Amino acid sequence: MAEERPDNEAAAGPAKPESPVIEAEKPEALPAEPSQPEPAAAPARPEPAAAVPARIEPQPEPEMPLLRIEGVTRKFGNFRAVDRVTLDIRAGEFFALLGPSGCGKTTLLRMLAGFETPDEGRILLDGRDIAPVLPHERPVNMMFQNYALFPHLSVKDNIAFGLKRAGMAKADIRTRVAEMVALVKLEGLEKRKPDQLSGGQRQRVALARSLARRPQVLLLDEPLAALDKKLRESTQQELMELQRRLGMTFIVVTHDQEEAMTMASRIGVMDAGRLDQVATPRDLYETPASRWIAEFVGDINLFEGQVGAAEAGRLAIATRDAGTLYVAEPRSPLAKSVVSVAIRPEKVKLSRRAPAAEGTSAHAFNRLEGVITDVSYLGGHTTYRVKLDSGAIVRSSMANTTRIVDAYAASQRVVAWFMPDDCLVLEQ
Amino acid sequence: MSARRIFARPASFAAIAPYLWMVLFFLVPFGFVLKIALSQTAIAQPPYVPLFDLWGGREATVAAFDQLSIENFKLLISDNLYILSYLRSLTVALVSTAILLLIGYPVAYGMARLPQRWQAIAMMLVIVPFWTSFLIRIYAWINILQHDGLLNTVLLKLHLISAPLVWLSTDTAMYIGIVYSYLPFMILPLFATLAKQDPALLEAAADLGASPWQAFWQVTFPLSLPGVGAGALLCFIPVVGEFVIPDLLAGSNALMIGQTLWLEFFTNKDWPVASAVAVVLLVLLVAPLLLYERLQHRQLEAR
Repeated sequence: MAEERPDNEAAAGPAKPESPVIEAEKPEALPAEPSQPEPAAAPARPEPAAAVPARIEPQPEPEMPLLRIEGVTRKFGNFRAVDRVTLDIRAGEFFALLGPSGCGKTTLLRMLAGFETPDEGRILLDGRDIAPVLPHERPVNMMFQNYALFPHLSVKDNIAFGLKRAGMAKADIRTRVAEMVALVKLEGLEKRKPDQLSGGQRQRVALARSLARRPQVLLLDEPLAALDKKLRESTQQELMELQRRLGMTFIVVTHDQEEAMTMASRIGVMDAGRLDQVATPRDLYETPASRWIAEFVGDINLFEGQVGAAEAGRLAIATRDAGTLYVAEPRSPLAKSVVSVAIRPEKVKLSRRAPAAEGTSAHAFNRLEGVITDVSYLGGHTTYRVKLDSGAIVRSSMANTTRIVDAYAASQRVVAWFMPDDCLVLEQ
Repeated sequence: MSARRIFARPASFAAIAPYLWMVLFFLVPFGFVLKIALSQTAIAQPPYVPLFDLWGGREATVAAFDQLSIENFKLLISDNLYILSYLRSLTVALVSTAILLLIGYPVAYGMARLPQRWQAIAMMLVIVPFWTSFLIRIYAWINILQHDGLLNTVLLKLHLISAPLVWLSTDTAMYIGIVYSYLPFMILPLFATLAKQDPALLEAAADLGASPWQAFWQVTFPLSLPGVGAGALLCFIPVVGEFVIPDLLAGSNALMIGQTLWLEFFTNKDWPVASAVAVVLLVLLVAPLLLYERLQHRQLEAR
């Protein structure tokens, strides 16, 4: 935390003027406003009357998304880095592109910024095809992974760089830079060069620089990857707050599913160039579209099995490792006969004896007997690995809601049980 | 503890080694030259007086010291032959450095933008001419530039000129020779600074609305200034003292200071004046070096 010291110093004094600045920020940062990409010959930047109706109705058109990606493909030789991706992003959204390294998420982001050209497909911003628009003419800004701060320029000049290129008047640049410095809490560091800043401070400069031009869309390429864990968590909160306050559209690329789930309102999961699923964090976690996503996003227990008979809203699936499991009957009929039953560890409960089957049906619970092999105490919760008699492992995660010792110990025989409604049936 | 002691000695030796080198191979010889510069010519062997006799006792040494004078330096100021020589040397060096920068920068820039494996080849192409003797390469230029040489032949064949032009023994020929010989010294430091620049910086500049031209002047060029400084110094300083190229390629109506020095030393056998010329040249060259050093220092402090 020592590296953040100058921040605190600065925050102690001039932290107060921050709130009025934000008030001034809000009405201007409407998505409609920056659509004229700061024309070179507009030094005055008057707040025109035209901006007023936009203030009442911030979203230009509810039907038309701000950004529409249509069947976009990018090939490097024979390798399809991005493969027929179609995606709509609404104005004011905090969208995350999530995927392992090499899945094409950064390439997709770079196409939005204009550093790569799609081989197929179209990218529409505000209904306009931006393929022929050069990077320096796009109303889109990017925060680079390693920040790409100009080492020869001070914090102030780094932030002012884009404003100067837009031909803004000197006085306006000064005001805007001061606003941005206050926004990311860098007061007192304006004259420093990037190599005199800590990692966290550099990150803020990069953020302020990319926000200074008030882009329609802000692209963030692994914005927090270079920060340590504690700083990353606090910065996540700040980014979310900032995005809400500015009402700007953020698209963040990350390989960290926790980060994506914390910050984004919607997440697009990419793998091998394909966009596999687009969903809210909750839907992504609770109803992943595939085995791969289920395993990539959080922990999960998977049991492969044959689909059996359905009875009283329960579907029986005969698994090799866990016997017959009962799941809630899916709304649409299954296309395949071999499927996977998936259950998240926190939905698997442990007990010494099997719970009494309340109600009539014997299918009210799935019960698996086994021996605990590992106990991992993680503070907030404890993860148990239970080895079933078949040899398969089931993981169970229990919240530590009281300060007692772990309820179960290694080599203890337990029953792992879970509700059919908590199970997922994955076909691929 | 013991490990520290073992390392302490070589470390301290390493620290003084550069100073030792400077004293042995720069300050001591410079002392000799300075002493000769303060002496007078004599028809003798060696051709100057006084000579220090280390076994002559204290009185002889004092007497020898009394004979030293700054007459030779006064001569350099009074005779504009020397002043003109110095001025010509500085002008030639300045013009050459400017031309070298104008040619070297685009070449280095292009090299730095090549794919990695082509960079090594380009680097080889820049260095390979060094494998041929410098003198032979200058003689080759004489061949190219002479009356019926390659250049005139080609120009005549292309009907660009109707009669052979005079190239040899002109300033143009000299500049061609200098630029040709020193170009690698300009390209290599420039290439080194340009190649290590993060390409993401240019993307960031473009992202923030800079056209490629603006990005170059706002980002690439300022960041390459250390390379520009190093290349300019690496060329400027030796060109000021250049002797061979102007002697072989330029006319004889205006001399560079290296040629004047050579004349004084070998033709006039006036070692003291030649030494004085050398001392002044050194002072002239050290001044810009110190200035550069100080600028760099200030830049470091400003950080």
